[in-house]
Amino acid sequence: MNHEHDHQTQQHNHEHSHDYGHDHQLPCKDILTNLNAYIDGELDNALCRDIETHIKSCPNCRIVVNTLKKTIQLYQMDGQETTLPDEARHRLMTRLDLDDYVAKE
Amino acid sequence: MNENINQQEISLEALQRKDKAAFAQLVAQNSDHIYRLALKMLGNPQDAEDILQETFIKAFNNIDGFEGRSKVSTWLYRIAVNESLSLLRKRKDNLTSIDASFETDDGDILPRQIIDWCCLPERELISDEARHYITEAIDTLSDANRATFLLRDVEGLSTREAAKVLDISESAVKVRLMRARMQLRESLTDFFANKLAKESA
Repeated sequence: MNHEHDHQTQQHNHEHSHDYGHDHQLPCKDILTNLNAYIDGELDNALCRDIETHIKSCPNCRIVVNTLKKTIQLYQMDGQETTLPDEARHRLMTRLDLDDYVAKE
Repeated sequence: MNENINQQEISLEALQRKDKAAFAQLVAQNSDHIYRLALKMLGNPQDAEDILQETFIKAFNNIDGFEGRSKVSTWLYRIAVNESLSLLRKRKDNLTSIDASFETDDGDILPRQIIDWCCLPERELISDEARHYITEAIDTLSDANRATFLLRDVEGLSTREAAKVLDISESAVKVRLMRARMQLRESLTDFFANKLAKESA
């Protein structure tokens, strides 16, 4: 992989930057506009299909979509591993005068 | 993630007559979520614990005024977010030299780096170093965008629920979420691109 090339901006990195979108049904900027909704599964089927067709033939958009999904996934994994420590839970129940209910949790 | 979808319904009537068992159930079902949100907002376990306690004390004291137009968990998130933002404002007031332009993540959302680091081995993506970086990267978001990202992507709230918690429009939630996600993607790309370069060297 050529990292020097990869570090350039999307516009300069894209082989077809001057005819952005001409070789796809949707232009790349439309992918960005709908990226959140696409990742969240909130797009209608037709637009979803158009985006999938686009990213199959556009490596840059595919990388943005995949790394964005991975970014979210890594934060979700990090979140799942974060729980309230037992000592802090006990202090909370004491502060709320709910000590009697600790064992019932 | 949104485990609270499957949570057992707690009677609002029981909470409003200050039934301790009902309140203990409310705490049991929501304390992990509130603590996690506060910890990721503030980056400090002691502050997160303080916010957790304040959230439930306020909930207990103000439950009479809760009209049940949203889920109780949404209301708790709202208290916790407001408490966290208030503490962050106090911290910033104490840092008189801080520049107002410090929060610069409200720019455009165009991807800056196109590097496919998804192919890195799992051990690189979840190494201790990577997890430390992931934790620190979220602190570079503005407070507003960080709260939005945490509510939507980590806590699993819907756009509508997040809008209620933050008291902003659904379209504002979408804009903030997009900025947060794209900024975090760039931050993680900074980090993982280096790992990728070392892997292929």
